Amino acid sequence: MSPAIQLIAINKSFGAVHANKDVNLSVERGTIHGIVGENGAGKSTLMSILYGFYEADSGEIRVNGKPIAIRSPNDAIQAGIGMVHQHFMLVETLTVVENVMLGAEGGAMLRVGEAKVRAELARLARDYGLEIDVDAVVGDLSVGLQQRVEILKALYRGADILILDEPTAVLTPPEADALFGLLRSLKEQGKTVILITHKLREIMAITDRVSVMRRGEMVATLETASTSPPELAELMVGRRVLLRVEKAEKVPGAPLLEVDNLSVVDARGVLRVANASFTVRAGEIVGIAGVAGNGQSELLEAIAGMRPPMLGSIRLEGSPVHSSEHNPHRMRELGLLHVPEDRLRMGLVPAFPAFESAILGFSDEPHLGRGPILDHERLIADLARKMEQYDVRPPAPRLKSSKFSGGNQQKIVLAREIERNPKVLLVGQPTRGVDIGAIEFIHRRLIALRDAGVGILLVSVELDEIMNLSDRILTMCGGKITGERKASETNEQDLGLLMAGITDEAA
Amino acid sequence: MSAPLDLPKWADTVLVPAISVVAAFLVAGLVVVAIGENPLTATRWLLQGSLGTGEGLGFTLFYMTDFIFVGLAVAVAYHAGLFNIGGEGQATLAGLGIALVLNNLTFLPGFLLIPLGILGAAAFGAAWAAIPGYLQAKRGSHIVITTIMFNWLASVLIVYLLVNVLREPQSMNPETRAFPEQSYIPFMHEVFAAFGIEVPASQLNLTLVLALAAAYCVWLLIYRSRLGYAIRVVGSNPTAAVYAGISPARITVIAMVLSGALAGGLAVNELMGYQHRLLLEFTSGYGFVGIAVALMGRAHPVGIILASLLFGILYQGGAELAFEQPAITRDMVVVIGGIIILFAGALDGLFRRAVAHVLTRQKLARV
Repeated sequence: MSPAIQLIAINKSFGAVHANKDVNLSVERGTIHGIVGENGAGKSTLMSILYGFYEADSGEIRVNGKPIAIRSPNDAIQAGIGMVHQHFMLVETLTVVENVMLGAEGGAMLRVGEAKVRAELARLARDYGLEIDVDAVVGDLSVGLQQRVEILKALYRGADILILDEPTAVLTPPEADALFGLLRSLKEQGKTVILITHKLREIMAITDRVSVMRRGEMVATLETASTSPPELAELMVGRRVLLRVEKAEKVPGAPLLEVDNLSVVDARGVLRVANASFTVRAGEIVGIAGVAGNGQSELLEAIAGMRPPMLGSIRLEGSPVHSSEHNPHRMRELGLLHVPEDRLRMGLVPAFPAFESAILGFSDEPHLGRGPILDHERLIADLARKMEQYDVRPPAPRLKSSKFSGGNQQKIVLAREIERNPKVLLVGQPTRGVDIGAIEFIHRRLIALRDAGVGILLVSVELDEIMNLSDRILTMCGGKITGERKASETNEQDLGLLMAGITDEAA
Repeated sequence: MSAPLDLPKWADTVLVPAISVVAAFLVAGLVVVAIGENPLTATRWLLQGSLGTGEGLGFTLFYMTDFIFVGLAVAVAYHAGLFNIGGEGQATLAGLGIALVLNNLTFLPGFLLIPLGILGAAAFGAAWAAIPGYLQAKRGSHIVITTIMFNWLASVLIVYLLVNVLREPQSMNPETRAFPEQSYIPFMHEVFAAFGIEVPASQLNLTLVLALAAAYCVWLLIYRSRLGYAIRVVGSNPTAAVYAGISPARITVIAMVLSGALAGGLAVNELMGYQHRLLLEFTSGYGFVGIAVALMGRAHPVGIILASLLFGILYQGGAELAFEQPAITRDMVVVIGGIIILFAGALDGLFRRAVAHVLTRQKLARV
């Protein structure tokens, strides 16, 4: 039997960037095939070629042994390939049925097509356990169910081969488990699944085979059963990496940041954070676990002074922060620094040269220039020094901020904040879009800061990261803090329940 | 992931605009052919009239002075992410500021009166721009809409004032009495004459030097100062500004104040340098040309100076052309200017993409 998908010697360049170099991939029918690689390794490019977003410069695509040309997503759908994107392509104001019909309405009048969709959805629900309320408005569904709609859409269009791009990034652990169950039943029914992810745990849990990409090349394809996370990590990075940073037990010191009954309302009047209270002590990392969008971002921004809290107060080193001084500028002066969640929207200015991004938030510091004029030579020299310390590549202070890879951008932001000797450091998603080699470096830095007595509040959607770094873990769900655990006394299932809002009292 | 459109600086600032201008002239040439005239003769008259004679050059540089100021005004606001369409109204109000200062302080000597007149222009222009800036910052009223409305307000306000308040009682013209003579900014031919150099007389005056100094100051402000840094952060990434503790509202008002003050330079050149009285419609729509100048100059002072020179050539040469070849009317010249704006502004991306394509290809070929 010929493989479901065969990619032969695929090449693709964007300008001077060779995103895919002679890539070969063979995916057997009825298997779950994982593709791993660091950011920029070429995974997404390769899948975009398979799904018809890009055309390869050279190379051949075979589906079920037949060479075909895929020039657009329509060609891919025709060939039985479906894709579930990381960012859903759904119309939130339409119902499930309407979303599934979109682009396949079947004629000018909707009624005929709709009947067909309903019948087909009922069949899919029966065959794969894809139960869903077909008349629900998509915007009202949970993220996990929205993803299910995406999968239904692909199956409705006759997909035999399903590509999922980082599908668990937005899911709670129980939702991820449900997804994996679904993928297994798809496999049993003979469907082929390609899973793109950077989470090695998921690869190990669900795939049959795994292909590793590095710098545009396919470096290995392995049987999952005969490999291990350290081996995969080494293949991805090209050198040995530590997946877990060691840290010594430490007794935390005096309270540095005390948050009392903080509530945040966003611009649309929606309550984002409800009555959050907690303390971060010196020499302690407090992690906030939660699925993206449950108020963690707003909590960080409120503490940093970026958005006025509706209610509540915070104390720094024991003294209350008055609402008139609760702004980012003053908080920095008080020693509360902030590595923001979203590098490109907040952490730096993509259009600026790196040395200008490296003073974001500090451009008023007297020593950075003479009077109103900034001393560029000095800024460049300062950053060059930091780039060496933080191993930023390329070490080019004049290069545009957007030209650095995610990991190197993050190092520039971290260097800016850490080198100013914070007392309290807020850290949001420190390793999102950061490659494994840099993750190790960033984790070490954070642990070193903690050991030096800094109080760190860490927000991350990567549960591994939270569990690995934190001394104490808070979980958030729907804007509320739903639980608190010592990192040493909890596990993924426990946190998963709390993140889903199933609190101790309710249980 | 899209194909990278980052060009080397020289291509971005010189090559692409140059290609735009050449393409614009080719298309304009076709228009000239279409009305049955010879485009080569037309080009010759255009250049001859603007650069070929000392007098023509003087007029070209006079217009250039106007365009530098309004171009800088648009650019400063643009760096803060604001589209200031109100240069026309701000310059008009600046004219009022000049008239009030000069005609009320006639007893002062020139070395005091001239700077005060310039300050009056800057202050009135700034104040007129500050209101839309404030409305944008505090109320979210879109600056494009409000500045356009403020152009109309300025224009009717000045008509009312000139007809009913500021007009000399015995005069029928809606204009103020002449400014005191010591407030005239010296003509360039007078300055040269003082050094014994004979140059043909024109409207060109020392305001050109002020314009070039303003261009340098804007460069220093935008690219080197802390304030300019904050302005660019707000314009380029407003969320990052909030993160950094820079208030976008405050920067919006400041950028508009600076922008309005720069637009006031147009009034300084036209009124203190040439007309020597406040009169109706002295801005002649140049406030709008500033938008094209800033676009074409990529909001960089050097680019703005070059673009201003081009538009100076177009205005002065165009006037000569209309005179020498009556079939090509003033309106035709406006059409040609419009084509250049179209190519330099709206179609800029067209050539940018092509140039990027050719350059990366060459780079790959060399590898």
